[in-house]
Amino acid sequence: MITPYFVIIPLFAALLIPFVSRRNDVRAAYLSLAAVLSLVVLSGYAFVRLNGDTLVYKLSAWKLPIGINLVLDAFSSLMLAMVSLIALTSLVYSVNYIRHLGADWRYYSLFMILVAGMNGVLVTGDLFNLFVFMEIALMAAVALVAYGGRAHEFEAAFKYAVMASVSASLILVGIAVVYGATSSLGLATIAQSLGRTSPLIVLWVGGLFMAGFGVKAAAMPFHAWLPDAHSSAPAPISAMLSGVLIKTLGVYVLIRLFYNVLGAPHLFLQIFLGLGAVSIILSNVLAIGQWDLKRLLAYSSIGQVGYILLAAGLGTPLGMVGAVFHMVNHAVFKSLLFYNAGALETALGTRDLRQMGNVTRLLPVTSRTSMVASLAISGIPPFNGFFSKLIIIIAAVQAGQPVFAIVAVVGSLISMAAFLKVQRYGLRGGRTVEKLVGHVDGWMKTAMIILAALCLATSLLVVPGIREVTLDPVVKVIMDKTGYAQVVLGK
Amino acid sequence: MTLYVLCFALFLVGLYGILTKRDLVKIILSSGIMGYACNLMLVLFGYRSGGVYPILEKGKDAAAMVDPLPQALVLTSIVIELGVTSLLAALAIRLYQKYRTYDITKIRSLAG
Repeated sequence: MITPYFVIIPLFAALLIPFVSRRNDVRAAYLSLAAVLSLVVLSGYAFVRLNGDTLVYKLSAWKLPIGINLVLDAFSSLMLAMVSLIALTSLVYSVNYIRHLGADWRYYSLFMILVAGMNGVLVTGDLFNLFVFMEIALMAAVALVAYGGRAHEFEAAFKYAVMASVSASLILVGIAVVYGATSSLGLATIAQSLGRTSPLIVLWVGGLFMAGFGVKAAAMPFHAWLPDAHSSAPAPISAMLSGVLIKTLGVYVLIRLFYNVLGAPHLFLQIFLGLGAVSIILSNVLAIGQWDLKRLLAYSSIGQVGYILLAAGLGTPLGMVGAVFHMVNHAVFKSLLFYNAGALETALGTRDLRQMGNVTRLLPVTSRTSMVASLAISGIPPFNGFFSKLIIIIAAVQAGQPVFAIVAVVGSLISMAAFLKVQRYGLRGGRTVEKLVGHVDGWMKTAMIILAALCLATSLLVVPGIREVTLDPVVKVIMDKTGYAQVVLGK
Repeated sequence: MTLYVLCFALFLVGLYGILTKRDLVKIILSSGIMGYACNLMLVLFGYRSGGVYPILEKGKDAAAMVDPLPQALVLTSIVIELGVTSLLAALAIRLYQKYRTYDITKIRSLAG
């Protein structure tokens, strides 16, 4: 019964941090590192031991139609592992980096609440519980976006909070409609009884959830808050937001609801495809136009989420392999790129690509790891981004959607152009930088090197022997569609 | 039916406010109105005409009671909304300290 600990550990750490740390942040940092390290171990253990099984935990031992249950299956345990891993590197990176905003335990406490909220969304099997955990994660995220305390950070945080509250209202109306139609809130019981109601209800519920969680996933027409929020946050938090928050609150919930609860209705898969294609093309074009490095990365995040949505919209098992694989890969390389941006900002004192120059001699680790990440995100073999994009393109052709395959190829070329710009101006420019204003320390280098190694290591997930134990169980859970309900209720 | 339409109208009032108002405080109020409309809708879904309060006592029939679960959900959702509203208000105060205005057209230092 390890499922509740994914929420308990970070939440308890968040509570404990104010008590153990007085005035300085050293103990807070070590406590949160210990908490997240235990989450990494726990989620890795859970993923290996589950081996495609599903674990249902009934809170207070109430049976399902009455009580709330926590469900740990292959999909959620893979996402948990991803969240914990990125959170770990993000904390390692923060230890010294965040001191330029003051040595404060509150940062670590908020960070732990963010992790608790995301883990809660991943393990819960109840619709309203999911909503509550989502709000917990969002409140912590808004506070962390404003953490820097400068004017534009407050502005970005305000915009983010308003968008979040609008989408939360839409989701709440969706929950009300679901409850009105089925008189239950457990995802499994909804999945069973929603099929018997009229298709109009499915249409309403799907529309409300698509709009509500589409804002969280920042698919293209709903993306307006993302470039501000993600570029204003401190670098490790940008990595958390872009790397895992938009995936857990947005993409994971969308896939879970539309596949496992609503049973993948054809109309909504078409919407997935449309949103994905629009996001891929437009956001990558917008990314090229940016001179602020972090804004460029934020726009590129929208495009990469577009790939995941497009692959999920294909509705074939191979497309789902691509979606899940790209989700993991994007978490790794986009976090790495944000760490690089933070390191460059520390070392050069600017985020403007025009004021950067050649730093390959002074910042060898940053420039090499950013080269790895740029190659990975542009889809160059042997890095992970190549394989996931290749799978998505093959899946699109096989599913009889050659137009979307072409969109994916074109989007990949445009994103390559954007990252050529990053390399050409930001790190390998004509003007050689003589001296640095700040120091990139060992903690930051460690985090960057870990993720650069993961960029190579995760491409091993496509090797047939490894794919059977990692990606395939996840895809099986998703493509089982409403079979999820039988699995959860059967125990 | 009228109640549902009115509830939806309240939701639209909130949405209209968020989309068109330029004052930070009015935006916060609009988001509150939107939240109220959602809560009202949840309670309405649990209501049955002529229903009584859902407390089981001797000699009372459970069939005549309104559904208590939406009321519990609404309580939770009100608490969440309180948190969100106070967070928004705190951000608005800090924005005012930085810019000396609540008008968002004068605050915009970030573009699209």
